[in-house]
Amino acid sequence: MLRRSVIAAALLALAAGCGGDDEAGSGTLTVYSGREQELVEPLFERFEEETGIDVEVRYGDSAELAATIAEEGENTPADVFFAQDPGSLGAVEGQGRLAELPDSILNRVDERFRDPDRHWTGTSGRVRVVVYNTEEVSEDELPTSVFDVTDPKWKGKIGIAPTNASFQAFVSAMTLSLGEERTREWLEALEANDPKLYDGNTPIVEAVAAGEIEIGLVNHYYLYLVKEEQPDAPIENLFLEGEDPGALVSVAGVGVIDGSDEEDEARRFVEFLLSDESQRFYVEEAEEAEYPLVDGIEAKEGLPPLDELRGPQLELDDLGPQLERTLELLNEVGFTT
Amino acid sequence: MRRARAPVALALAAVATVALVLLPLAYLVLRAAEGGADALRVLDRDTLDLVLQTLLLVGAVTGSAIAVGLPLAWLVTRTDLPARRLIAVASPLPLVIPSYVAALALLGAFGPRGLLQQLLEPLGVERLPEIYGFVGAWLALTLSTYPYVFLLAASALRGLDPALEDAARGLGDSRWRLFRRVTLPALRPALGASSLLVALYTLSDFGAVSLMQYNALTRSIYLQYRSLFDRTPAAVLGLVLVALTLALLALEARTRRNVRSSASGTERPPALVALGRWRWPAFAFGAGVLTFFLVVPITVLVYWSTRAVELGHGISFAWEAALSSLTASLAAAVVAVVAVVPVAFLAERHPARWTRAIERLAYTGNALPGIVIALSLVFFAANYLPTLYQTLALLVFAYVVRFFPQALAGVGSALQRVHPRIEEAGRSLGRGPIRVLATVTVPLIRRGVLAGGALVFLNAMKELPATLLLRPIGFETLATEIWRFTSLGSYSRAAPPALLLIVVSAPFVYLLSTRRSSDVSAPG
Repeated sequence: MLRRSVIAAALLALAAGCGGDDEAGSGTLTVYSGREQELVEPLFERFEEETGIDVEVRYGDSAELAATIAEEGENTPADVFFAQDPGSLGAVEGQGRLAELPDSILNRVDERFRDPDRHWTGTSGRVRVVVYNTEEVSEDELPTSVFDVTDPKWKGKIGIAPTNASFQAFVSAMTLSLGEERTREWLEALEANDPKLYDGNTPIVEAVAAGEIEIGLVNHYYLYLVKEEQPDAPIENLFLEGEDPGALVSVAGVGVIDGSDEEDEARRFVEFLLSDESQRFYVEEAEEAEYPLVDGIEAKEGLPPLDELRGPQLELDDLGPQLERTLELLNEVGFTT
Repeated sequence: MRRARAPVALALAAVATVALVLLPLAYLVLRAAEGGADALRVLDRDTLDLVLQTLLLVGAVTGSAIAVGLPLAWLVTRTDLPARRLIAVASPLPLVIPSYVAALALLGAFGPRGLLQQLLEPLGVERLPEIYGFVGAWLALTLSTYPYVFLLAASALRGLDPALEDAARGLGDSRWRLFRRVTLPALRPALGASSLLVALYTLSDFGAVSLMQYNALTRSIYLQYRSLFDRTPAAVLGLVLVALTLALLALEARTRRNVRSSASGTERPPALVALGRWRWPAFAFGAGVLTFFLVVPITVLVYWSTRAVELGHGISFAWEAALSSLTASLAAAVVAVVAVVPVAFLAERHPARWTRAIERLAYTGNALPGIVIALSLVFFAANYLPTLYQTLALLVFAYVVRFFPQALAGVGSALQRVHPRIEEAGRSLGRGPIRVLATVTVPLIRRGVLAGGALVFLNAMKELPATLLLRPIGFETLATEIWRFTSLGSYSRAAPPALLLIVVSAPFVYLLSTRRSSDVSAPG
């Protein structure tokens, strides 16, 4: 008995010690971050230094955090949702859980990269590319459109990640810009071309680097992450031209939780993410070379400038609602069964 | 034997405990019901395919776990296998390797252009057989689960009364016939119980099937959650998993039917079987298993760690995270073994159909993937117990919910071996039921309690999905440290915390590989 009560007391003490005390006006900002700690932690630290506002960050998968906010409802401890993709932000927005952002924030970013209903804004850009192995593929052999990768010459040599949010957003973008019929035909032709399936973008780039496959459909910045691990990897990104759906330009973004106790601090945080200094962080320091979205700040050297990249013309906010149909489509074609 | 009616307090405690363990199930029903009749739309032919693929994996992993674990257990307990002490100690160690780490390491070793490929390249080997898909998931999960079979079978073999086998041999039975007619039937409860743990582990695992790209139900549930807009289909698929669990429980119950404990009460070590010319082949088998499932993954992790030095990341060990992991996992182990007591006690001491049912019910949520447990507790805690939300206490509770059956397996089987008359004697001396429990029963079932607690501890150390969503902010465990880097594909930085996890957990495996019979065995 004694032992049991000692244990209970110890547990209670632990609970009290670690309890989240997110009272109104405590001056602590709680951020749910679907962006990786290694990539964004320096930004949080700078924000704390500059403003004196404490930031507590819960890191996780963007979609899982969106589901968490939905389950938490009104009681969510989150003040800010910092996500990998417009789809997760759109899901939280769809639950009515994001507050409107003021013009002073929204006007920092081109309309193309934010929610038309003003609930979230992009903070950095990422582009779909074809990553290729420079030893196996010469430049003149490269596809010129994502529609070329169904050519038999890539049979068994192309990698995709059909369960990954970024690939799904790309398929959604193709459906929105070219229609479902065309998209289904392409998916079927791709499936017939015996693609290798991976769990995410990083394994694809690694597989291309290893020569296991020759090309892969990924976001542009994974190349830089893999080069951190393997500086000599023979890999290069191919940026597709024009309105090719394979050149989708998307964003990681941020929204303020509706009814947050720290709404002012939350807005300051969003402003901070869009400040010149933070935007320059993506160019100068971050391992992964994302695109800054604010005017006047050039992308990392070697990247084609953002305004030259077109990609499919659509509202990023429409990608989220399209996801359900995209999953069905991927399922019907046989990529996820 | 006098069969006392179950005391109300005990019954209430057991029911309340199981009700708490079943919270995730309640959540699934709630979410599935939201979808109305439309929710059933997800149950189409594709779902049937998913179920079949999942069952195929469960069957294959269970089969291979037995094929690896049972012979190993027999060799180290009953034969003159060379280096058998070393093999006995090392065999259960893969238990401490999380399946997502196992999968990554197997890919690193045997994947296309993995370490093995690099070694073989000079010999002209261009490509290794495909590991992605079924084969990879099967291997990774066999690695993570065969120790269950090994541990329970070894324990049962040590506890088997040699008199039975002697008698059979005296009657002129051949060795094989002896094994089939005497040894195997006595092992049935242990095999049934460990197969159940293996099957439930396989059903609930997400890490290995995801990395290996094998489409099991859990992977589909994660995909559904990631589709963001409708949580109903995921809930319905979760309930399909629960239905599969019920079927497995029924199957396992059959292995325990008509089995009587056959011990004569005296324990003496059985005579060792001389393997003769099979000695070295048997050694090769043991060494091969350990090389493949232990040495290879650890070698890959060490190799990745050395890459971290080359790349200038340096190797830093996350000691603080190790301490957090230890704290949360030890707390979970203690709470779990205490929490299972009323349930195990009720089922063992007051056997009736309903008490048995309560005990079995505690297993039904065990096949649910971590994300379901996590979101259900997010929902209940954030909305009904906000003071507990995102505290260490809730994280510990989540571990207890997820790994309750592991504790139940240890405590229940130990309780089975303590004759109620010993407790009755205690009562007749005027002690109250709780004092009898504390002074008579608990000391007698100590080893079973330790074993059950150790299983909870080891699983909690590896747990990732619930930890990510439920931990207090800033509370880093070794599992979250590994995730932090694997999510970037930075294996060189993920490997040191993975090695640390293995090193910190390994000593606790010793609690499981005890020498005597009354340790771990069939649950309930």
